[in-house]
Amino acid sequence: MRLESHPIVDFKRGKEVTIYFNGKPVKAYEGETVAASLYASGVRVFSRSFRFHRPRGFFCAIGKCSQCMMEVDGVPNIRTCKVYVRDGMQIRTQNAVPDAENDYLAIIDKLIDTFFPHGSHYKKFNSPKFLREFVTRQMRKMAGFGNVPRRAPDVNAEYEEIDADVAVVGGGPGGLSAAIHSAKYGAKVVLLDENNYLGGQLIKQTHRFFGSGRHRAGTRGIRIAEILEEDLMKYGNVDVRKETKVFGIYGMDVVGVQNDTKLLKVRAKRIVIATGAYERTLIFENNDLPGVYGAGGVQTLMNVFGIKPGNRGLIVGSGNVGLILTYQLLQAGIDVSAIVEAMPRIGGYFVHAAKVRRLGVPIYTRHTILRAKGEKRVEGAVIAQLDEKWNVVKGSEKDIDCDFICVAVGLSPAHELLYHAGADMKFVPELGGMVPLRTRFNETSVKGVYVAGDVAGIEEATAAIMEGRIAGIHAAISLGYGGDEAEEELDEAVKDLEEFRAGPFGERIVCGLEKCVLESEVML
Amino acid sequence: MRYLERGYLEKDELPPLPSEERLTSKKPVVYIECPQPIPCSPCYESCRFDAIKMDNINDPPEVDYEKCTGCMACLRVCPGLAIFLVHVKNGKGYVTLQYEFLPWLEKGDRVKLFSRKGDELGEGTITWALKPERNDRTQLVTVEVDRELIFEVRAVRKR
Repeated sequence: MRLESHPIVDFKRGKEVTIYFNGKPVKAYEGETVAASLYASGVRVFSRSFRFHRPRGFFCAIGKCSQCMMEVDGVPNIRTCKVYVRDGMQIRTQNAVPDAENDYLAIIDKLIDTFFPHGSHYKKFNSPKFLREFVTRQMRKMAGFGNVPRRAPDVNAEYEEIDADVAVVGGGPGGLSAAIHSAKYGAKVVLLDENNYLGGQLIKQTHRFFGSGRHRAGTRGIRIAEILEEDLMKYGNVDVRKETKVFGIYGMDVVGVQNDTKLLKVRAKRIVIATGAYERTLIFENNDLPGVYGAGGVQTLMNVFGIKPGNRGLIVGSGNVGLILTYQLLQAGIDVSAIVEAMPRIGGYFVHAAKVRRLGVPIYTRHTILRAKGEKRVEGAVIAQLDEKWNVVKGSEKDIDCDFICVAVGLSPAHELLYHAGADMKFVPELGGMVPLRTRFNETSVKGVYVAGDVAGIEEATAAIMEGRIAGIHAAISLGYGGDEAEEELDEAVKDLEEFRAGPFGERIVCGLEKCVLESEVML
Repeated sequence: MRYLERGYLEKDELPPLPSEERLTSKKPVVYIECPQPIPCSPCYESCRFDAIKMDNINDPPEVDYEKCTGCMACLRVCPGLAIFLVHVKNGKGYVTLQYEFLPWLEKGDRVKLFSRKGDELGEGTITWALKPERNDRTQLVTVEVDRELIFEVRAVRKR
């Protein structure tokens, strides 16, 4: 399942190592995540759902969905898509007998509706008391995630405090850009990212970007990540902490864990939150079946690790992500049966659609997916047409031959840290969900806390870079750095972004942004 | 905007065609199939002959076929794979397009031709191919086709 050649990417695989999955040896390469190596070896069932033991597979590949949680070297509930392989690693599936692939307890899913019709759990086993307690104990044994480790893990924990002018959380396009532009004017910057690389989701964008030359249009996303990282490394006043998971913001202290062993406290004067977004899923029958993946998850698997997600895909959603993913699948030599889109029109750029249409991929507008077929993995799908009122047109059901389904139906901002920081939030559908109120310089209602990129509203990487620039410069200026030169660049950056959003594709964003302007800003 | 329901352009939605004289003149000419206003301007910025008109980054490009010299600067950078270089020489048609698939193409290769809709239009021969490493892994290839097909062939794949 590993790709040996690819038109755009050269896969540099590390040394071959052996990991053990439920006791069986699995070949892997250094630099791969556990989830990627297991996928390449044909493992599709990664876990079981915690009550009904339904099979669950790979989904997002960026540590957001928790479907790949396993026991790694005795420690339960590890997101295997975020852990890199090491020779001799012991990986076990959790909460299944004997393992996730052949879980006997999956019978619960078959029988539950016969013996416990919907709602009956309110009445069954309630009395007498001893029965209730006994059944509760048994149920708790069967449900839940993993087992507590027998002994404390053998690590030396450390603690470090850092003082910084600007702490940037997230090393994707928005965060990198913010760090670059704060550092450029002399601010001491700490950049924190949970991955062992910088660039965020750019590292799987093999296509050339849109925009203007100034925004590096015509350049591939993967190269933009490299360019941004090089830019950042030019500055001596930047402290980059990779593999650092930020779990809290207390006042102006950003707290994280570096390399799972070091507790880190960054005492910052300004904070830029650029945590990005996570993929949404869609409601349809069997949408939890292994083989139903997030579009980004498939991109990670294919473009970062060079692993084929399957042989024939169905894409749900015709936004730019769905269209670009389709093209990337074709580039990797994988067939695409169809793209389905519930709206009457293609959602992404026409040119992206034209690119895949001319290679023979049908695009069904006003269609939706009804169900995924298969027991333990996707073996096909059924799609159907929708009428004006979004109801399924009877008799329009169509079988689609596919062995995986990519859900590309949009993203939601990863906003948890904003809540923690106490920022005023608002639901803005145009921006993809709960987003912070902000000034036109991307400062939230909490003074000194900025946002940049998808966490501020779902858009795309070019806009994230531009937002990061604005947030970064403004943060530096507010600390007394930069002088007139910085003021000038800030004006230019704001104007640039306004121009970028001036077209019909930016209309929606602009409309959304109008709804989340801070009140103090409105008074001006 | 019917093209957004289909994902391809029908004949009546195509931008104006270059004149017959221009097509048969010495130099090939670009033909851009990018009807939708999107924030994108590398073609405009790459043109040294002022042949692409775009007042605002969101405007679709408009080509002045008389000013275009067929230098392919825009073809190299277009992220939408929406630019095609067309030419008619000695009664034969030539289409140059971007190509990002394996196996890479070489001069003399026989390829299958595809329309905007993905229908097969027969076969053609590659008469020129820019090496992928010369353009950040986007090959530019020229395919010889029937004269009538230069506004039909929009993709090639090796057999």
